[in-house]
Amino acid sequence: MSSLGRFFASKWGPIITGIAVGVLAPVLVKLGNPGNMGICVACFNRDIAGALGLHRAAPVQYIRPEIIGFVLGALVAALLFREFKPRTGSAPLARFLLGMFAMIGALVFLGCPWRAYLRLGGGDWNAIFGILGLLGGIVLGVVFLRMGYSLGRNRPAPAAVGWLMPALMVGLLLLLVFAPQFGRTAEGQPTGPIFFSTTGPGSQHAPLLIALAVGLLIGFLAQRSRFCTVGGVRDLVLTRDPHLFWGILAVIVAAFVTNLVLGQFKPGFQGQPVAHANALWNFGGMVLAGLAFTLAGGCPGRQLMMSGEGDGDAAIFALGMIVGAGFAHNFNLASSSAGVSPYGPAAVLVGLAFCIVLGLTMREPAR
Amino acid sequence: MNDVKIVDASGLSCPQPVILTRKAIQEGKFPIRVLVDTGTSRDNVSRMAQSQGCKVTVEAKGDGFVLTLTK
Repeated sequence: MSSLGRFFASKWGPIITGIAVGVLAPVLVKLGNPGNMGICVACFNRDIAGALGLHRAAPVQYIRPEIIGFVLGALVAALLFREFKPRTGSAPLARFLLGMFAMIGALVFLGCPWRAYLRLGGGDWNAIFGILGLLGGIVLGVVFLRMGYSLGRNRPAPAAVGWLMPALMVGLLLLLVFAPQFGRTAEGQPTGPIFFSTTGPGSQHAPLLIALAVGLLIGFLAQRSRFCTVGGVRDLVLTRDPHLFWGILAVIVAAFVTNLVLGQFKPGFQGQPVAHANALWNFGGMVLAGLAFTLAGGCPGRQLMMSGEGDGDAAIFALGMIVGAGFAHNFNLASSSAGVSPYGPAAVLVGLAFCIVLGLTMREPAR
Repeated sequence: MNDVKIVDASGLSCPQPVILTRKAIQEGKFPIRVLVDTGTSRDNVSRMAQSQGCKVTVEAKGDGFVLTLTK
């Protein structure tokens, strides 16, 4: 066990995880997930929000088993390697709001950092602007970190706190399997509380058990290797440490090769799946997302993995993302293949203002 | 032991343990003792300290780890 632990702590850990993500995500697309969306933590949390009725955008409603797998896979790894440490208490409300705004930024771009790299590996050149925005947001976050930004310390918590998020994921899995229909439409047809898309991206999904298995595997690997698609850039900028950055490169290269092999590599700007070609707001949305993720200590995948390790603050961030997705659609902030919503850019600016105020004002209290 | 520099990075999010430890290394007074409470922080701080030419020893203590950095 300890030699395996050492292997994952070595530079190979993030690389192996990145290769797994880069290979398995396009395979999930082949098996039914939306184009260049084999894995997207933002899109999938948005689909979960829709399935739970937190927004009613009909094309994006599905309980994505990959997300459930991430948390439970990380939980298994943390338990096996004695890293399950229930903890909480580091500015949870700030983290919830960071999760909301990170989600709004990601939905203006249409993807989390994982999907930005996967879109690039699939030939969607619009992702280049998103990734540039992401880099900008992370660099801004590093400036605040250097100035002493901190959300403060967490504290050890009762075991129950650590088990809440995994329990919520088991609950989601049950809702996915049983999809209860308690309501009735005006015509008397059964409906809600669980909604699944019949058309659009939400209707496109790989078989449940395969998606869940991929989620579990990646959750396990990512917990062991601390794979983080924001930390990779952050550490490179902050301390010239490329350890996690190799994982990002591995995602892009593996996705490119796998897409080529599967005949899914389609280079260009126009007509890309679940994407728009507005360079400015592909950039702007991801500046906000990158900044919010950096201020919260990691990318959305990493937040899910940490929630599986018992980190209640990371769980709050992830729940903030789901609620943020509800707002993003109910307030018509999210982009679509047709383009950027007229209200999305204003929401990005509000989110940036929030993050900048947080970055300038949050300091660890003196002990 | 009075002149051991203590960096208490327990409970802090990434990458603050690394930032605090690097600041202490740059101050140049050794040994430095760093308190962390997750395997992630232990690995990140160790990697950074080694890249700065420090020798790092890790000791599990209670719920966390004590890293001793020497040069």
